[in-house]
Amino acid sequence: MTSIPPANAPTPDDDNAVDVIDDITSKEQVKARPKPRTEVPLASGGHRLRKLLTSRVASLAAIVIAVLWTIPTAGLFINSIRPEADIRSSGWWTFPFNPNVTLDTYNYVLYSTGSSGGLVNYFVNSLVITIPAVLFPVAFASMAAYALAWINFRGATWLFIGIFALQIVPIQMALIPLLSFFSQGLTIGELTVIPAWNLSGSQTFIQIWIAHTIFGLPLATFLLHNFVSELPRDVMEAARVDGASHSVIFRKIVLPLITPALASIAIFQFLWVWNDFLVGLVFGGGPATQPLTVRLADMAGTWGDGWTRLPAAAFISILIPLLVFALLQRFFVRGLLAGSVKG
Amino acid sequence: MLGLGLAAFILVIVVLLALAELVAKRGSKALTAAVFLAPVGLLLGAGLVVPAARTLGLSMFDGSGENFVWFANFQWIFTDSGAQIILLNTLLWVVLTPLIATGIGLLYAVLIDGKRGEAIYKSLVFMPMAISFVGAAVIWRFIYDHRGGTDQIGLLNQVVVWLGGEPQAWLQMWPWNTLLLIVVLIWVQTGFATVVLSAALKGIPAEIQEAARIDGATPWQEFWRVTIPSIRPAIIVVVVTISIASLKLFDIVRTMTGGQFRTGVVADSMWFQAFRLGEAGRGAALAVVLFIMVIPIVAYQVHNLKRRQEETR
Repeated sequence: MTSIPPANAPTPDDDNAVDVIDDITSKEQVKARPKPRTEVPLASGGHRLRKLLTSRVASLAAIVIAVLWTIPTAGLFINSIRPEADIRSSGWWTFPFNPNVTLDTYNYVLYSTGSSGGLVNYFVNSLVITIPAVLFPVAFASMAAYALAWINFRGATWLFIGIFALQIVPIQMALIPLLSFFSQGLTIGELTVIPAWNLSGSQTFIQIWIAHTIFGLPLATFLLHNFVSELPRDVMEAARVDGASHSVIFRKIVLPLITPALASIAIFQFLWVWNDFLVGLVFGGGPATQPLTVRLADMAGTWGDGWTRLPAAAFISILIPLLVFALLQRFFVRGLLAGSVKG
Repeated sequence: MLGLGLAAFILVIVVLLALAELVAKRGSKALTAAVFLAPVGLLLGAGLVVPAARTLGLSMFDGSGENFVWFANFQWIFTDSGAQIILLNTLLWVVLTPLIATGIGLLYAVLIDGKRGEAIYKSLVFMPMAISFVGAAVIWRFIYDHRGGTDQIGLLNQVVVWLGGEPQAWLQMWPWNTLLLIVVLIWVQTGFATVVLSAALKGIPAEIQEAARIDGATPWQEFWRVTIPSIRPAIIVVVVTISIASLKLFDIVRTMTGGQFRTGVVADSMWFQAFRLGEAGRGAALAVVLFIMVIPIVAYQVHNLKRRQEETR
């Protein structure tokens, strides 16, 4: 880290269509967007040369970091489309000298009934897990966020801080009791309050959904509260004066206004659930409900004969989040900034 | 099952909203709030608060969960040599990951600030955030792969060979293996640091920077005396967030080494003890240790949050 590069004035190219992140940050921070920074007149030719040099070094450093961060994923992708013999005998960087391409591995891991095949079932499992596990926490959290921000009841602030503070409880701490709650129900002394759930096979989706909903709520409530509490006070008060109940205000005014925020939180929760491993591992009931990540970790854990199929399998599991990320990046970044810059 | 889940979702929401409307007609504020908060309250109470309390109790019982053993499990954590390595590794994770990820993220954010194609630069480094830890672990296992001879398929050992060195079985050598696993988490988290810090950089008023330049500050001085202090809150948030992620880290270790070769961390050993070895007491004790390590970080965040709440009210 030698020096910062001279800040270029924003050029028209900065605002092209792919400028997703830039676009969103500039919208979020319209006021703060730096004006074109005028350069202080340079003192001498030597100074100018030195500036040029450091700007070259800075550009080079940025490119090096970008390349280093991209190579691992690119290497995995290249390996995933090479024939098995090639993967086994040479590194992916030899691909340009020996460009054999095949989609057989994808075909095998998705549909084969062999030992490292059948991923399409786990793919469906991941989908079945993810969709309700996104809807429930976002809906519940938005209701709670509204109540905490706009129903002026005593202790609202403390309750909000309490929910936020629950992030203190690592998932690991809740695993054993939550699992035994599902398998044994709840008994106090001799009294059975809730009987055992006795879920098996595909029914274990239910306990995965519940677990994900619980673990997603503290952050979702916190993030949504950030958005909901910033709605204009006069709109809410006008609605109250007109006699609208909290329930009506929530449905007719708040929900439409926070739709972009809901999308942000939903994407957050989507990536979290789709990429989760621990909850799926502990609460999933075997092949009927386990998500892709658990299967992939199994395959990687044994590193047996099928290891050449790992790149294709891994790429199948990261494809959906990568797509979601690429298409909906602006929402994702908005949620991220709401949670972190303000939090 | 998906249909069932969606039907349950619609049913629950309709019932809740109907209930809220019913209560709101009566005009009771407390009752309305109760309905709105009921799902979150019930789920968090039954799913986090009560289980956490039970884990606290469980940590003082033996593996069968029947015999009360006082602090024997904690004694095991702090005296057993295998468990001590786990604590040391966790310490390495939680110190190195936030520092390096935030450092590189900040450097990168500064380097690309206002650069042509800034958004593409950002997306490239941000992309690993979308990849699961399991996926990332598979990606990096290929990079760390080792075989005898000069034909390597792992990039790291190939680079070593190109430089004239001997290929190593990196993932079996402590502390290299832990350090290399930490690299994976850094790879994932740097994008987060970049995006947040880059937004913070754009929030620095141009006037301040101009003033510093007119006063003759060198770029170096400007960076340390103007830029860094201006984005300090964002830096702290990034460090805190990554610290928590490092403490709870589980997937990368489980997928890459399974906790073997002395790579175990607290979150991973907790799972292994409780669900593989049937040592529920030790597992719970490890979870409690994790809990205690997170407390100061979250307490700090709560402190900030309370201050902000008081400012806005």
